[in-house]
Amino acid sequence: MSAIRINWQALLALIATLASLTALPYTASMSAGFSLAVAALLLAGAVLSMLRLASALEALVLLIASFGAAGMLITGLESATGTATAGYFASLAAAWLLGWRLVTVMSGDGSRSDRTAGIVAITVPALFGIWVLILWECIVRGAGVPFVLLPPPSAIGIRISESLPILAADFRQTVLKAVLFGYVVGCLAGFLVAILADRFRFFANGLLPVGNMVSALPMIGIAPVMVIWFGFDWQSKAAVVIVMTFFPMLVNTLAGLAATSEMERDLMRTYGATHWQVLLKLRMQAAMPFIFNALKINSTLALIGAIVAEFFGTPIVGMGFRISTEVGRMNLDMVWAEIALAAIVGSLFYGALALLERTVTFWHPSYRR
Amino acid sequence: MMGASFVKDRLFPVMTILLAILAIWYVAAYSMNAPFQRDFDRRAGETRTGTEFFMATMSQPKPTMPAPHQVAENLWKNTLTVKPWSKRSLVYHSWVTLSATLLGFAMGTALGVVIAIGIVHVPALDRSFLPWIIASQTIPILAVAPMIIVLLSAIGVTGLLPKALISTYLSFFPVAVGMVKGLRSPDVLHLDLMRTYSASRAQTLWKLRLPASMPFFFASMKVAIAASLIGAIVGELPTGAVAGIGSKLLAGSYYSQTVDIFAALIAGSIVAILLVSLVDLVGRLVNARMGAKTP
Repeated sequence: MSAIRINWQALLALIATLASLTALPYTASMSAGFSLAVAALLLAGAVLSMLRLASALEALVLLIASFGAAGMLITGLESATGTATAGYFASLAAAWLLGWRLVTVMSGDGSRSDRTAGIVAITVPALFGIWVLILWECIVRGAGVPFVLLPPPSAIGIRISESLPILAADFRQTVLKAVLFGYVVGCLAGFLVAILADRFRFFANGLLPVGNMVSALPMIGIAPVMVIWFGFDWQSKAAVVIVMTFFPMLVNTLAGLAATSEMERDLMRTYGATHWQVLLKLRMQAAMPFIFNALKINSTLALIGAIVAEFFGTPIVGMGFRISTEVGRMNLDMVWAEIALAAIVGSLFYGALALLERTVTFWHPSYRR
Repeated sequence: MMGASFVKDRLFPVMTILLAILAIWYVAAYSMNAPFQRDFDRRAGETRTGTEFFMATMSQPKPTMPAPHQVAENLWKNTLTVKPWSKRSLVYHSWVTLSATLLGFAMGTALGVVIAIGIVHVPALDRSFLPWIIASQTIPILAVAPMIIVLLSAIGVTGLLPKALISTYLSFFPVAVGMVKGLRSPDVLHLDLMRTYSASRAQTLWKLRLPASMPFFFASMKVAIAASLIGAIVGELPTGAVAGIGSKLLAGSYYSQTVDIFAALIAGSIVAILLVSLVDLVGRLVNARMGAKTP
């Protein structure tokens, strides 16, 4: 057994690093010595990762090499925007390849062991996200992409920290008023109509196909009408959200209530259960995965509905308003700050629902270990 | 099959619900238009009988809530009495939106399938990429669609492609997630059988995984094409009301032409229903051809 194990990421990284040495220094403000230090770090990482090391040790080496090099490459861009040479991008690619190798090592062969599964499940996607940000930062600043096209993440971060009051006001207007109110009312209404329709088979039979069809329609188009009806303030946005969230909830609840088998319902009948008892103790439980599915779909729809409705007229506050006006003023960093805010709100909303789903439908086969 | 049970269990209830919606629409049109009409009549010094008043609320030029027959009339006028390629025709605007939708849908589906195949075959992608795909959909991309259009036009990409890219972003997700599920749907026994044949990964993919994923593929394509249409419509909002269903909506909202807005909405809905039914039909044909059991 030889002591060397070739892997293609490290090999390519090695080649890229060697190629980068032809174009020293990497940027105008990086000295040749500093550039060489980056290349040396990358070379060491690539060579070490090809030795047969324990996977924990290999991960540590790769972590130091890839992120150390990336950090040095970012500092090398200080007051040297747009001066990066081909060598800079070659060494960036090498660092990225080592990062990929790190992810591969941490993912293992795809089998999930219990001991490290939790750490890996969080770390690996986080590494991926960090690398997207690093590449974005380095490519945008290194190649000198104009600020009005794509601002680097660091500028967006600075903008976020500088304009927290504005973001908070927009958040209050769009999310706390329009989205939350519309989401709760829309979902509740869909749920209650489904429960009522379920009492009468005739209605359920009619509502399910109609609801399915309406769910596929571009309901977002209702936004201008709602702005005309309910005015510019948050009420019109909440109305759009209600209309958009109602039908997915209705359809999913109806489908969920039909998900129990004949056997289970027969069992309830032998217990002498009333309609409401069967509904509460059996069918509602079986419908929960479907209801949570609708809640998750609606969490995204609600945010989209409220923001798009703001394009058709708003008071001078709100996330949609801010996005459309700041695009016009070419303040792209502010736009990206709003996008980041929306993404964080959306992810937290979704994550909270997923956690709730786990605790409510703990019995579902998809959560079994 | 298409017997009495279909009429009793499907057609009759659906028709009842649709009629109920129509009735509610008329009532809503009357009650929402009545205050304006009352005000208008008082200023004009007119007194009307109940029936006359009702008829007046049904035929306002700029109603708060247009009555169904006004929308139908507008649709009729703008589709059948003008040439389909003229700028006033809804057929023309629907076609503009439809072409962006189809291009975006094709790109999104291809991207989704490629991502799904990658995720199923590379563990590192599965671990690192899949969570971000899900996170990517919590970003309200529709909200930033106008910005993307403006940016792309700044670097010289205009016309069909920017709208199609929004559609692509919206439609790749359902396909990717559905196909990951579908490509993993063959059970271990079948996969083991392929291994005993010493099939390569490509052969397993082509002969076992892809055929097994077809029902998932069509189910997710139905979601994807609806999302794709929404993407195209929203993508048209910032183009300055040039062409497309989205621009008709925007123009209608500028001039408070509610009848126009509703007609554009109905046109968009018809396109949506046609597209979803088409995908559904192709799905049924493919499944039947591949010998799937009909439920």
